[in-house]
Amino acid sequence: MGSSVAGAAFAQSALAESSANAEDGYGMLVDTTECIGCRKCEWACAQENKLSDKPVEAFEDPSAFEEPRRMTADAYTVVNRYDIPDQPAQHTFVKAQCMHCLRPACVSACLVGALRRQPSGQVTYDAWKCMGCRYCMVACPFQVPAYQYDNALTPVVSKCNFCFNRVQNEGKMPACADMCPPMCLTFAKRSELLRLAHQKIEANPDRYLDHVYGEHELGGTAWMYLTSRPVTELGLLEFDAKAIPDRTEPMQHAIFKMGVPPMLLFGLLTVAMKTFEHKEEE
Amino acid sequence: MSHAGHPISVRRGLLTPGAAVLAGLALIGLGAAAYRFLFGIGAASNLSNQYPWGIWIGIDVASGVALAAGGFTSAAVAHIFHQHKYEVLVRPALLTAMLGYTFAVLGLFADLGRFYNIWHPMIPMMWQGNSVLFEVAMCVMVYLNILYIEFLPIVCERFAGRVSLPGPLRALNPMVERALRIAQATLGKMMFLFIVGGVVLSCMHQSSLGSLLLIAPYKVNPLWYTPVMPMLFLLSAFSAGFAMVIFESLLSAWTFRLAPETKVLASYSRFLVVFLGVYLVAKGTDFVIRDAYHSLLAGGIAPVMFLVEICAGIVLPLLLLVSPRVRGTALGLFAASGLVVGGVLLNRVNVFLVAFRPPYAQTPYFPSLVESLITLGLISALVLTYRVFVTIFPILPAGECVPARELAAEDIPAETEPYAA
Repeated sequence: MGSSVAGAAFAQSALAESSANAEDGYGMLVDTTECIGCRKCEWACAQENKLSDKPVEAFEDPSAFEEPRRMTADAYTVVNRYDIPDQPAQHTFVKAQCMHCLRPACVSACLVGALRRQPSGQVTYDAWKCMGCRYCMVACPFQVPAYQYDNALTPVVSKCNFCFNRVQNEGKMPACADMCPPMCLTFAKRSELLRLAHQKIEANPDRYLDHVYGEHELGGTAWMYLTSRPVTELGLLEFDAKAIPDRTEPMQHAIFKMGVPPMLLFGLLTVAMKTFEHKEEE
Repeated sequence: MSHAGHPISVRRGLLTPGAAVLAGLALIGLGAAAYRFLFGIGAASNLSNQYPWGIWIGIDVASGVALAAGGFTSAAVAHIFHQHKYEVLVRPALLTAMLGYTFAVLGLFADLGRFYNIWHPMIPMMWQGNSVLFEVAMCVMVYLNILYIEFLPIVCERFAGRVSLPGPLRALNPMVERALRIAQATLGKMMFLFIVGGVVLSCMHQSSLGSLLLIAPYKVNPLWYTPVMPMLFLLSAFSAGFAMVIFESLLSAWTFRLAPETKVLASYSRFLVVFLGVYLVAKGTDFVIRDAYHSLLAGGIAPVMFLVEICAGIVLPLLLLVSPRVRGTALGLFAASGLVVGGVLLNRVNVFLVAFRPPYAQTPYFPSLVESLITLGLISALVLTYRVFVTIFPILPAGECVPARELAAEDIPAETEPYAA
């Protein structure tokens, strides 16, 4: 029966997941106090991922800051501007992209394993496995994955892959970090970045809030933010420390562990069926 | 099964105005579907990066599966707990379930960006057991096949010994005949496996449909978001199953001018009262424990939709059904069961569409014309197929209203519904 087969699959993926979490993967620290809103990271990303052939000048249009933007199928990252209420001349710029969660909801949601968290920290996507159900988009708390809705035949889920290929196979930094001054986007192992972030806060308590966004949020994310203002003023959402898969997977596993409960129900109903049948014959 | 009211094929023609309207809507839906497959989901729908799921999931799949629950509830009552007086209700419920799931999967084809990969969950190397959707997909796939197997005896009963395929297909007649004979000989002994398996799989995926949105705690309105959503979905699926059987039985009786099974249905409605009552208690208790009533004071359409769902879909039909006077009449049963069916439908629409409000989304989702036409077309095609099937196969109980006349093979039109092609 399907249930027992499914049970075996649960056990397997639970195993794979615990080993993945033990690794210290890559991370990125975004210092929003350093960002000048040049949007070169957007251009570099579009180049690297062949998302558009727009020249760099196209990314210098200040009108892009009028309304906060979200990622699209053609833009894996966007930089938004947030005004400071009492200082009209000053702004905070915040880069948005996939956060590369340590316990990603999208990976937990994907029924064919098209989305995966690599041991090195990147959450990657295999288009050839994908059915296009878009459950990953439903699941992502950061509302990151975008969809190629205009592609009738081979649409893909579009999101930052942390330049997986570039980092793992070419030994380079992600394209956005390569383009950006290192003070603003810092690429390193996540544990090192956490040390750095807390050092920065300690050294400049007036400059930063004592909060590394992404350290604990939803079980932690590979991308983390330093801010001078509350994150909710910067287009970032507030979250618990509880990882999203912890809300669904324990229940799913408890109910269907190794297919025992369905088998039990099957047995009970079969017994009931035979009992009522005999009663009838008497 | 040698009951007085053994099912027979309906002897009314198909060329009625109602059927023509359904066929028209189904054809328009087919056109809309062609548009979606040619130009993509973006061109056809209002789905967006913030609202990845719309009515194709909320209505075609989630509501369709809930309203098809009558298949397993009636099989459980009549075949597992051997309440044989309800035998007359099993075949219409089975047909509804079979068509309901079939059309839910057809609806899914429209929604899937890479619909041609729909078989991927069957490949062991792609299995992802942590995914609620994986479990739903597996259960629905297996259960759909079980429904087809459960329907086979009806095909055998109608055609065994009478297979006469037209034209060049005539050569296949002996082979089909033999296949039916083999099915007849083997199915009887194995059928209990499929019946029990169908009930187990239904309990699994009906509840798991409720787990689907547990993964989006920051997007679903707290009026509906609760860790016990899977239990509420299962209980409401039971209710929908019993209600749908009553509702449909009366609707078919009136449409085909058969005698309504009012007595059987009134007695059957006790199951509905029990499950609907348990559902209300569970939903109410959960609501109070979670202090969710604060969310009722929030503005917008959600609190209104929630109250309509509870009052018109659960409380009112419950009040109607506990009254023996209402329960004893066909009209009373029809109204009460109709309210429950509508209430469960509204619940699924509420959970998947109304309650889903992602923080970054600017304007709420509302289905586009093409999207709606596809859904409407699927529903019309389903009802039309049901009509065709009850004309061909012995599904509905023989009513006393219709004068006895031998069923002539010529009376059965060869017309099929447009989506089958």
